[in-house]
Amino acid sequence: MAVATETPFHVLAVDDSLPDRKLIERLLKTSSFQVTTVDSGSKALEFLGIHGEDSSPPVSVHADQLEVAVNLIITDYCMPGMTGYDLLKKIKESTSLRDIPVVIMSSENIPSRINRCLEEGADEFFLKPVRLSDMSKLKPHILKSRCKEHYHQEQHQQSDSNSNECSNPTNSNSNECSNSRKRKAEDNEEVLPQTNRSRHS
Amino acid sequence: MIMPHTHSLLLVFFGQCFRICEMWRKAADSRVPLVRQMKDMPEPNMDYSNLRRQIISMKKSLFDQGYLDEQFNQLEELQDDSSPNFVEEVVALFFKDSSRLLTNIEQALEKHPQDFYRLDSLAHQFKGSGSSIGALRMKNECSMFKAHCSNRNLEGCRRSLQKMKREHATLKQKLETYFQLLRQVGPRERAVNSWK
Repeated sequence: MAVATETPFHVLAVDDSLPDRKLIERLLKTSSFQVTTVDSGSKALEFLGIHGEDSSPPVSVHADQLEVAVNLIITDYCMPGMTGYDLLKKIKESTSLRDIPVVIMSSENIPSRINRCLEEGADEFFLKPVRLSDMSKLKPHILKSRCKEHYHQEQHQQSDSNSNECSNPTNSNSNECSNSRKRKAEDNEEVLPQTNRSRHS
Repeated sequence: MIMPHTHSLLLVFFGQCFRICEMWRKAADSRVPLVRQMKDMPEPNMDYSNLRRQIISMKKSLFDQGYLDEQFNQLEELQDDSSPNFVEEVVALFFKDSSRLLTNIEQALEKHPQDFYRLDSLAHQFKGSGSSIGALRMKNECSMFKAHCSNRNLEGCRRSLQKMKREHATLKQKLETYFQLLRQVGPRERAVNSWK
């Protein structure tokens, strides 16, 4: 039986430093993510399709690109103009983007800064330099948010699944979601065997 | 019934097999990696292991003298067949970026009145990218510079900038030498961290 090829998760990485962008891109690609890098918060918002307060789905609106969904945003905190914190706020204020998990990176270990970000809705805070071992913390956040998304969809639409990850019978779907919420952030791929299985079918 | 051109194809095929077998045998005999044999590189064992010794020794001294820290190892771990020059590339980006920052800092120091907030911000960027490539001494000198900025100590900043420029030039030269040595080793052999 052929194994279906999964589309890798797509991460948008935001950092004004060129060597840092190269590093985060390599870290993400090594961890099997598809990566887009931008050098500022405003370019990130542009890529995410925010021009105003519309409720369009989280896809890129560049005419010369295929529409791609963004599964996670990882951003540096200290950037000129729009900081990572400002970007986080804008994302959380957007109805279409607020469910995308956001991770903040910073070279400074300032507890008040970390707390502020987490309170504003950041899912994770990485101290720079970011390491390969940090990458395993990303997927659980993505899977959690996708389960949430599907749960909401089913609540509103009462329809069957659209051949996405948490697909198949409603019962197993809500089981997977409640399972994922119980897991700790440190767990990685092995965490949601049911989800992985259904993706392969 | 075998057609004539099939027959000659078979001959060519077996000929190639024989050639490959010979190469494997030679490679096994001389203990030089097959990839070198295939590239017809003439280095005997001796030079190759001397080269590796040189590289390991240089890397150790860079660490012992505090030029580099553990983050540099992390970079080397990220290098593989799909990104065989990653470390050299990211280091090159750092030097390009930091040269620009050094120039900006120098210019900002000569403006009157000095904008210590901006100077601190420039040093902060420098420190951050230095830290990302494991440039320990560079990072520490940036911290010194930032401390002088907080104290609005112009002379301190000037002295620190000179040190930063020296560290920058030294590190650049040492890493260029290191990468030159690495380039003499085949790309497949560049996973320094896995050596013994």
